[in-house]
Amino acid sequence: MKQELRTDRLSAFYGAHCAIRDITMTFRPKSITALIGPSGCGKSTLLRCLNRMHEVIANTTVKGQVMLDGSNVYDSGIDTTSLRRRVGMVFQRPNPFPTMSISDNVLAGVRLAGDVSDRSTLAEIAERSLRRAALWDEVKDILNRPGTSLSGGQQQRLCIARALAIEPEVLLMDEPASSLDPISTMKIEDLMREIKTDFTIIIVTHNMQQAARVSDFTGFMLAGEAAPGELIEFDESSKIFTTPQDKRTEDYITGRFG
Amino acid sequence: MSQDSADLVSFRVARRVETGERARSHFADRIFSGLLLGSAWIILIVVCGLLAVLVKASWPALTTIGFKAATLAWSPSDDRYGVLSFAFGTVVTSIIALALAGPMGIAVALFLSELAPKRLAGPVSMLVELLAAVPSVVYGLWGLFVLAPVMRTVVQPALGKWLGFLPLFQGPPLGIGMLTGGVLLSIMILPTVAAIARDVFAAVPIEQREGMLALGSTRWEMLTKAVLPYARQGVIGALVLALGRAMGEAMAVVMVIGNTPAVSASLFRPAYTMASVLANEFTEATGQTYVAMLIEIGLLLFGMSIVVNVIARALVWSVSPKGTRAV
Repeated sequence: MKQELRTDRLSAFYGAHCAIRDITMTFRPKSITALIGPSGCGKSTLLRCLNRMHEVIANTTVKGQVMLDGSNVYDSGIDTTSLRRRVGMVFQRPNPFPTMSISDNVLAGVRLAGDVSDRSTLAEIAERSLRRAALWDEVKDILNRPGTSLSGGQQQRLCIARALAIEPEVLLMDEPASSLDPISTMKIEDLMREIKTDFTIIIVTHNMQQAARVSDFTGFMLAGEAAPGELIEFDESSKIFTTPQDKRTEDYITGRFG
Repeated sequence: MSQDSADLVSFRVARRVETGERARSHFADRIFSGLLLGSAWIILIVVCGLLAVLVKASWPALTTIGFKAATLAWSPSDDRYGVLSFAFGTVVTSIIALALAGPMGIAVALFLSELAPKRLAGPVSMLVELLAAVPSVVYGLWGLFVLAPVMRTVVQPALGKWLGFLPLFQGPPLGIGMLTGGVLLSIMILPTVAAIARDVFAAVPIEQREGMLALGSTRWEMLTKAVLPYARQGVIGALVLALGRAMGEAMAVVMVIGNTPAVSASLFRPAYTMASVLANEFTEATGQTYVAMLIEIGLLLFGMSIVVNVIARALVWSVSPKGTRAV
């Protein structure tokens, strides 16, 4: 299937410490998959394995496979730069580049790729990306201001626009709204629903209501005292949040722990 | 006493203790902020005092020589006190030093903070900082006995051969002169650039690096497009500090620059700098005007340092978009 992303017995390590073990799951294209679970269950680690950002941290290793369109992203022939253009990422804290203007921030990835240099095309890409990120109306007159002059919620949407500008197939979001106020959070959730027709979205969230509100599928992860994080249950969100099959999932979503 | 009034009493006691504590901490706050304010004032007073003493001590020269100081000829025995050749020497050697040590120091800092394995980064950082602790007179001796012969026999002949078409590298390889002075200064200011820039790079948030990597950048692009721009102001600060040290360095330069008040296009020629003429001639200066003139050179050097700082600050402002982390 086109643009299919799945993991096969994926394990990730920090030094000798195993953070996640044997995760096998398939992410449905053009839909939103949420990863939930208590702190330290490895959901962010799993997310970072999907675009090989895990290996940016020193002494980390990965076992198993991440298959994107039928090829393993951990194959030696895969170039991380082109992989990360296909699998974009939005971080927990908004991280616009402070020395760049709003439009330069949006175009940062496009300029890295270097295949568009025509001014009007770049302007079009910037506008389209900012519209998709529901930020265009707020910034269209101040595109030359620094990205850091925006509010926190606007900065995060700017980072989403930046990730979308390079037309990734998959968008990874690592607790994208956890540092934002409720209104900004709502705007981000709205835009996620808007853009899921074009992108496969995987979101890590601490907020179960958020997962229930926006996601089509939900994976529940859990780590033991010393045991690595595992995927306990993975199903349509409507099922996970109404009729979970596993007792631990039920305990978690009903607020009995975590 | 009823329970109610007992509660009331204990409430009042509690209130008193609380307000007392608040008053005490308020008092401590005031002492602390007073101390900080005092320290800030001391710096201002020291700078102003320094300026006042320099002006006062150089007053005889300022009034009698005046703008005749803005000439080339330096010959105290004939009452000719032109300082331009010293200013020229200071500017040229400092520019050479910064041109060599700037890129090199930034490269060392990038290597230490981004590329070097931890086991290597620690010892190398320590060695770099150790370089800064070597007394300048030791640098001077090393410059005279090691660097100057190498410059004379190897570097300058090679430069003359390959780049001799430039006026900068013409003339006999003397070993002693502006180029050697600049090279020696560059070694001396390298640790300043490297150590500060390393700390500045290390302070760039991980989110900035990962943000660029996640857009599909190579490691090199992450360094040049995320880390360096973010650290730009700090790096400029490091360069300005280093430049200040190069301009003010006297002892090491005295030993390798040739101490000749001359202005020439060739970097192989001997020259003199403002700081080194002060160090070299102050003890033998006779007559009120001569001494005052040397102090005026110190005053001018002070002024040049301030101008350099202001220019650097303006440079930072001009490249930062409005509303970013301006200093």
